[in-house]
Amino acid sequence: MTQVLHSAPRFASSQGVKDTLTAALGDMLVTAKEQHGEVVLTVVRDRVEDALRLLRDEHEYQQLMEMAGVDFPDRVERFEVVYMLLSVTKNHRVMVKVSASEATPVPTVTTLWPNAGWLEREVFDMYGVVFAGNPDLRRILTDYGFEGHPFRKDFPLTGYVELRYSEDEKRVVYEPVELAQDLRQFDFMSPWEGANYVLPGDEKAEAEAPGAPTPKSTEKPSETGAGKATNKKAAESESAPAPAKDKSAEEAGAPKPAEDRPARKPRAASAQDTKPATQSKKAAAKKPVAKKPVAKKSGAGKSAAPKPAGDK
Amino acid sequence: MSGLQLEQSPTTGDEVISNYTINFGPQHPAAHGVLRMVMELDGEIIERIDPHVGLLHRGTEKLIEHKTYLQALPYFDRLDYCSPLGMEHSYVLAIEKLLNLEVPLRGQYLRVLFAELTRICNHMLNIGSHVMDVGAMTPNLWVFEIREDCLNFFERASGARMHSAWFRPGGVHQDVPLKLLTDIGDWLDNRLPRLFEDAMSLVMDNRIFKQRNVDIAVVSKEDALAWGFSGPMIRAAGIPWDIRKSQPYDVYDRMDFEIPVGTNSDCYDRFMVRVEEVRQSARIMRQCLAEMPEGPVSSTDRKVVPPKRGEMKASMESLIHHFKLYTEGFHVPAGEVYVATESPKGEFGVYLVSDGSNKPYRCKIRPTAFSHLQAMDFMSKGHMLPDATAILGAIDVVFGECDR
Repeated sequence: MTQVLHSAPRFASSQGVKDTLTAALGDMLVTAKEQHGEVVLTVVRDRVEDALRLLRDEHEYQQLMEMAGVDFPDRVERFEVVYMLLSVTKNHRVMVKVSASEATPVPTVTTLWPNAGWLEREVFDMYGVVFAGNPDLRRILTDYGFEGHPFRKDFPLTGYVELRYSEDEKRVVYEPVELAQDLRQFDFMSPWEGANYVLPGDEKAEAEAPGAPTPKSTEKPSETGAGKATNKKAAESESAPAPAKDKSAEEAGAPKPAEDRPARKPRAASAQDTKPATQSKKAAAKKPVAKKPVAKKSGAGKSAAPKPAGDK
Repeated sequence: MSGLQLEQSPTTGDEVISNYTINFGPQHPAAHGVLRMVMELDGEIIERIDPHVGLLHRGTEKLIEHKTYLQALPYFDRLDYCSPLGMEHSYVLAIEKLLNLEVPLRGQYLRVLFAELTRICNHMLNIGSHVMDVGAMTPNLWVFEIREDCLNFFERASGARMHSAWFRPGGVHQDVPLKLLTDIGDWLDNRLPRLFEDAMSLVMDNRIFKQRNVDIAVVSKEDALAWGFSGPMIRAAGIPWDIRKSQPYDVYDRMDFEIPVGTNSDCYDRFMVRVEEVRQSARIMRQCLAEMPEGPVSSTDRKVVPPKRGEMKASMESLIHHFKLYTEGFHVPAGEVYVATESPKGEFGVYLVSDGSNKPYRCKIRPTAFSHLQAMDFMSKGHMLPDATAILGAIDVVFGECDR
């Protein structure tokens, strides 16, 4: 037993609880373990109601605080249903587990605790575990008419359908999810500690580790979206005309001169007056300073002049 | 009036009166969010309620499975957005329990201080909206002043008014300036009692308020236990159950405070339990301020808690730790824990299953409102339609947390 350093809630000691409950549950129990000071009892699925009734009536675990489903796709019975019990008199918590698959119903405990109704509905909704005897086993958290069980590990994070308001039909419509790009999954596992990424095109590499990202690729040229049809479409679509050559002097982003504002009077003095401060003698002789458009003076400021990227 | 003949009521006689089914919500100001309740009414008497939850379901638990432990933390702010730090508290404690990580004393004091500030902040919203649901406008405006003060304190500590993400595995993110602590102390001594007691003096003995709440939705002790009640709901039923007291976490075992319990287990008791909890929270906060030691605010285990900016400038190892913790994150040893804390609304639990990687394998969140809302049918049966808003207000339900 390691020393407890953390400051998580300290309920009554689990000392001896495991042995007491193991003896009490008898052949209903599959395994019992104690970890982090918490007792976890795995019981036979068909007898979970009896086991929980025994814990409630004989061992003072009055409250069913929570039920959780967990999915382990590699197991034969892939789901675990976990019941968290609380004793307010003994100030103690235990967890009771059963395993189940899609085809094996778990007996309901709504006969013991009325609040098990919604908790079982949630596990059913999220994982598809059926609870035999629950009088009202409807979906609870997902949408009306939802299909599938979203918290299963093989259910994609993005789901299968998305909904939007259709202006044509004047109602909300459901459509298959369309991703503009592949969903990016970063796990940042250290390559020295088990992550096994395969670079695209590396034929000599071993098979990919599960969970490694698959690079997006296309197999046939027709899938790339290129071809006659696309070219035709590209020709049809209107794109902005290329900027004219002679406009190169005009800075991008500078506001156009306001039309209703009269142009300012030209300077009385010659542009040459500023020469010593701004220009070298040679340049000044060659090219007199051009008269600037009016608006540039007020609006352009420092942001108007385009700078090479990254020049900060 | 023609003659002396009485008009026959169209509903008397042999005609059968059928029950009337209405929708309460999903958009209704007294539903405290997106709750749809299908109500079967006999006249104005509620015969049956079928609450439809899940309209705010965002799949938080699934999203958390795809994030590292630290990246998943801000999701907890967004569950019960009225008491964000209360949600974070359960999660960080669950991680620390799996890691068996020690939190420095100052970090624990700061967490308790801000968890209690969160409780005050949450109760201000609930008390105000409960009062407004049954017809009073002014107290809500007054207690929102207090809530605004709380949010300002959160902002000064974490930079964010609501979604703080300030509790971290191993402690808190940043230390607070001394001026903030002295300001909180001033506020506790002067502004909070004045504003709060003023507002409550309008409500507590108010005849209308009592008529709307006393003897509404009485729940026996046995029922409260069977329906999985927690928090103010179970305390109002007369059971002195408070996880802060019976299963203390952080430094709650050093705090001296009392647990208010109800005698009648009706909506009025639930309200009064919350009122007294605000006073007790202020008491805990004063003790925190008085006793808080100096020292680090989060664990110095650099395999879990990233180093401060200054260290990174001078130490190569710190730089590596920082990079690794913000990309890969820390690994949590395989195991499973269920950690429940006393959030302002009741028992908020996190069942965390780790497979030894840098992401939670499963993170089941136990919302407080789920069990309470489920009892809505049994609590409302036989009451009048307008009582439903009072019952709902006294449950203190927030759908970000209920639907996850």
